[in-house]
Amino acid sequence: MKHRISALFLGTALALAAGSGAMAQDKTVKIGVLTDNSGLYSDLGGAGSTLAAQMAMEDSGLAAKGWKIDVVSADHQNKPDIATTIARQWIDVEKVDIFMDVLNSGVALAVNNLVKEKNAIMINTGAATSDLTNAQCSPNTIHWVYDTYMLANSTGQALVKAGGDTWYFLTADYAFGHALERDTTAVVVKSGGKVIGGVKHPLNSSDFSSFLLQAQASKAKIIGMANAGGDTTNTIKQAAEFGIVAGGQKLAGLLLFITDVHSLGLKVAQGLNFTETFYWDLNDGTRAFSKRFSERMKNKAMPSMVQAGVYSGLIHYFKTLDAMGGNPHDGTKVVAKMKELPTDDALFGKGTIRADGRKIHPAYLFEVKKPAESKGPWDYYKLIGTTPGEQAFRPLSESACPLVKK
Amino acid sequence: MQALYAQLLVGLINGSFYALLSLGLAVIFGMLNIINFAHGALYMMGAFTAYFLLHLTGMGYWWALIIAPIAVGIFGMILERTMLQWLTGLDHLYGLLLTFGIALIVQGVFQNYFGSSGLPYAIPDYPQIGDCSPNAPQDAICRRGLQGGINLGFMFLPVYRGWVVIFSLVVCLATWFLIEKTRLGAYLRAATENPTLVRAFGINVPRMITLTYGLGVGLAALAGVLSAPINQVRPLMGADLIIVVFAVVVIGGMGSIMGSIITGFALGVIEGLTKYFYPEASNTVVFVLMVLVLLVKPTGLTGRAA
Repeated sequence: MKHRISALFLGTALALAAGSGAMAQDKTVKIGVLTDNSGLYSDLGGAGSTLAAQMAMEDSGLAAKGWKIDVVSADHQNKPDIATTIARQWIDVEKVDIFMDVLNSGVALAVNNLVKEKNAIMINTGAATSDLTNAQCSPNTIHWVYDTYMLANSTGQALVKAGGDTWYFLTADYAFGHALERDTTAVVVKSGGKVIGGVKHPLNSSDFSSFLLQAQASKAKIIGMANAGGDTTNTIKQAAEFGIVAGGQKLAGLLLFITDVHSLGLKVAQGLNFTETFYWDLNDGTRAFSKRFSERMKNKAMPSMVQAGVYSGLIHYFKTLDAMGGNPHDGTKVVAKMKELPTDDALFGKGTIRADGRKIHPAYLFEVKKPAESKGPWDYYKLIGTTPGEQAFRPLSESACPLVKK
Repeated sequence: MQALYAQLLVGLINGSFYALLSLGLAVIFGMLNIINFAHGALYMMGAFTAYFLLHLTGMGYWWALIIAPIAVGIFGMILERTMLQWLTGLDHLYGLLLTFGIALIVQGVFQNYFGSSGLPYAIPDYPQIGDCSPNAPQDAICRRGLQGGINLGFMFLPVYRGWVVIFSLVVCLATWFLIEKTRLGAYLRAATENPTLVRAFGINVPRMITLTYGLGVGLAALAGVLSAPINQVRPLMGADLIIVVFAVVVIGGMGSIMGSIITGFALGVIEGLTKYFYPEASNTVVFVLMVLVLLVKPTGLTGRAA
């Protein structure tokens, strides 16, 4: 009898404790969109990334379940020191749980360290460097949209196979450009091609004529542009002016976004080949989202793959939190759970997140349409090839990520 | 060796932008004593005006060359009348801060509406010389405006870039002539030396100052139109350039007209050579030079002591 009473007491106490534990499950989330709001990458991330985060928040349905979600945004100005200062402030003072976008490889690598140290989360959708899931991989970071290995693998291989076996690189002189050149060189050499030279130019150069003349003098069949944003658009425009493509050399856009093609105009951009993992006109799901997105953008722009990644990444994050029943505010724990659950959303389709933090989905090789082929604004790409996710990204067997070895 | 010649020529082309922009700055500083930090923003407005003219009214490049400098010049004159004129006689710093603020506002507004990656503006394809119809015979000669290029043996020179060099040289020399050799220029120079005395001769000094500012701004806008087909029309195109142009003005000597023209072209060439020999330093070489010049000759290469 005595035993039974004490057992009852104990049982009640345990139930109460568990109950109060569930009551204490925190249902607040703070999302920080750390991006370039004013510089050369602001069209492909920037305000559009913040909008994508808001749309993900609205579409998640969590608000109806009693969650309180906040989105904050800041401009890192493409400077790692400014980015880490903001990130520190966000984590320590404003209690931001998750960093989204974080474009610019230099910035991303700096924030990556901080996020790991403070046990927050980064879903990187904007930076290209494949180091984020290789040597510098972290249990707190997921690399969502694309990376230099995948770009090099997809575009590089396709071009060498098509006969472009000698390469000359125009490389943006910072972490991203170096990584992209390194990864592409590896693919070119592996596919039987040769790199005969290259030039490293400062970030945000407006004049590329000198560099293009050197590339022209090299007589390489392919001029690989290991740069991005305004640097790439200016390179393409000026290459057209110097008759480089007309002279028989081919430009390889290793990283090009739809916003770049929009700003170049089809007349200049037509015929360029490059790789993306998202295009607004791929299927009904992407079209429906993009239409809603574009209506809310000030300049009616369609989403770039970086912005689409912010939406897709957050949808998965919210799904994971929902499954966990609350926000533990513990970066490694949430990321581990995110890796367990399969991803599925309207923009990138079904996918997975690997142990090294690499999100896996297909990569698409596109060609820019001729002006006559385009039916209207933002109708820019022709799909010419799809690489399945498992083949597009660096295989785990080649990975130097410590998370994989264990 | 061939590549070197090509770099020299390309340097000269960039130099013509530096020259046009620094010339406007020198005119404004020389006559108004204002360090016009809004110059880059006004240069950008010139390029945007060309874009609007083409896309809203269908007026092409040649019209833009005339209309954009006038339109932006008028905007400049309104700025001068409503804001800058109150700074007469104050320290340089006030003008610098005010114009810097104006630049930030103008750039911010444009960026808000047009994003950062820019808008396309094509090289003019009019007038067309020769037979350019679609069913012309294969060997027919067709020249579409300033499109295409000439093979010089050592490089392929885009016709448009050649045009930019020649056109800027003409404009620079005409401005120099206007200010240094004509009666109007003499009045202007006198008005900056001693406004009270010049006013006593019945000359409207404030109006002259306003027109001068308009002229300087017009030159910036003209450079903007010239650059639109080469670079994207971007809200930050001026912000990227203005610091270099200031270095040019400082090296040439603040307020010296000829100094800024020559230094503009020379620095373009030096920068081009750096891009050839050591590309990583191409963004900083101008500032290294500036430091060296200031150490040796603080008034700049051709500057007069204040």
